[in-house]
Amino acid sequence: MLTLEIGSGLTIGLVLGVVIIVAAMLIWVERRLLGFWQERLGPNRVGPFGLLQVVADMVKIFTKEDWVPRFADRLSFVIAPAIIMTVVLLSFAVIPFAPNIGVVNSNIGVLFILAMASLGAYSVMLGGLSSDNKYALLGSLRAAAQMVSYEVFMGISLLGVVALSGSFNLREIVEDQADTWYVVPQFIGFVIFLIAGVAESHRLPFDIPEAEQEICAGYHTEYSGMKFGMFFVAEYIGLVLISSLITVLFFGGWLGPSFLPPIFWFALKASLFIAFFILLRAAIPRPRYDQLMSYGWLFLLPVSLINLLVTGFIILSNQ
Amino acid sequence: MFTLIKDTLLSQVRTLWMVFIKLFTKADTVEYPDTQPYMFPRWRGRIILSRDPDGEERCVACNLCAVACPVDCIALQKGETEDGRWYPEFFRINFSRCIMCGFCEEACPTNAIQLTPDFEMAEYVRQDMVWEKEDLLINGTGKYHDYNFYRVSGKEIEGKGKGEAINEAPPVDVKSLLP
Repeated sequence: MLTLEIGSGLTIGLVLGVVIIVAAMLIWVERRLLGFWQERLGPNRVGPFGLLQVVADMVKIFTKEDWVPRFADRLSFVIAPAIIMTVVLLSFAVIPFAPNIGVVNSNIGVLFILAMASLGAYSVMLGGLSSDNKYALLGSLRAAAQMVSYEVFMGISLLGVVALSGSFNLREIVEDQADTWYVVPQFIGFVIFLIAGVAESHRLPFDIPEAEQEICAGYHTEYSGMKFGMFFVAEYIGLVLISSLITVLFFGGWLGPSFLPPIFWFALKASLFIAFFILLRAAIPRPRYDQLMSYGWLFLLPVSLINLLVTGFIILSNQ
Repeated sequence: MFTLIKDTLLSQVRTLWMVFIKLFTKADTVEYPDTQPYMFPRWRGRIILSRDPDGEERCVACNLCAVACPVDCIALQKGETEDGRWYPEFFRINFSRCIMCGFCEEACPTNAIQLTPDFEMAEYVRQDMVWEKEDLLINGTGKYHDYNFYRVSGKEIEGKGKGEAINEAPPVDVKSLLP
């Protein structure tokens, strides 16, 4: 039971623990990297290099008053942060970290992750609607529209990869990339999935549902204490999830030179993408809301459809 | 189409690159309590009262600083010594009100009140922000080393009559001008 193989208790515990710890540490990593990119230092006071900043933040967030507004719809207000935390953690069940590390070997892995991402939209919408606050309402309105438009071509951009490997199983997709990573034949799909992934995880520049400067933190305006903390950590877990997905689908997952263990290559590639997402936040300004919508529907959706069409044509003509 | 790609995609990539290379530039941050920042000599910080080169108080209690002060944080009372010099009996600055504007320094005719580069003035008790003359007086001349008001002014004090100051002509004897 306690061996590192797919679905053993030890593996499940390790995946859960490591993902949550990594997501928490990302709070520090992000602030530090943003600091460097803005010619600052970032938090470096608590512990060596500021590493214990996360502990300080956790102590602060646990001791804060956990307040539910009187005007809020209590049930959905409480449920909303739990939903997003659950679905992003559930998505990690199908991620293949290494040949022997993973929770389940599902043959519908891609579909499962897309389904979980869609369920995550409920959390954001419920959280905003139940708060009974106009900023939160605006945030959840934006979240709903953004989800609807982005999940369409997020799925379509993945279909190219699925068509090339002929499987929805993420492990088989990784093993099919032994010769060439799918980023080479599916470069357009990769770029579109990257953009959709940023929108999916509500990261800047597409953090329009949150948009701190416009609508004051959007859907989680009314949240405080640990409920806010769950939204906050879930956002970072979503960042890890999207980076892992890009690694698995386009950059060969655990594949790499064999002098280092496969999990190292997976972690290296995923952390490079996490750093890239943080760089996006440091560099790119947030587009206007209608710009985002028209960009999604009028540009990215046709491009992803054409990409899928051309991919299918080439696969058929090579048979 | 080309301009669209150039304006949207390429400019974004360029932005990303320009922000990324900032990773290798030195941070502007001065880690303040560990490294003290360089403070310019004319920085407007904590206010002091200076002494003239002979070691006497420069302040002549003219009240110009108290009048110039926009937040009325300076209070003083004029006194007079037996040799005819004016001095402040008390001189009180309420630093919890002071906005470090430096108007008092500009108004001062004797270079007595001066602002220094010290800015670390936090206190735990509000009353500690009120500084009396003993706290404000320093032993040196501050920014102006040679100036002594009573040596150059026409004010008559014991040991220096009218017309005996530096660069001062003797007073005109109006009666001798009579035809």
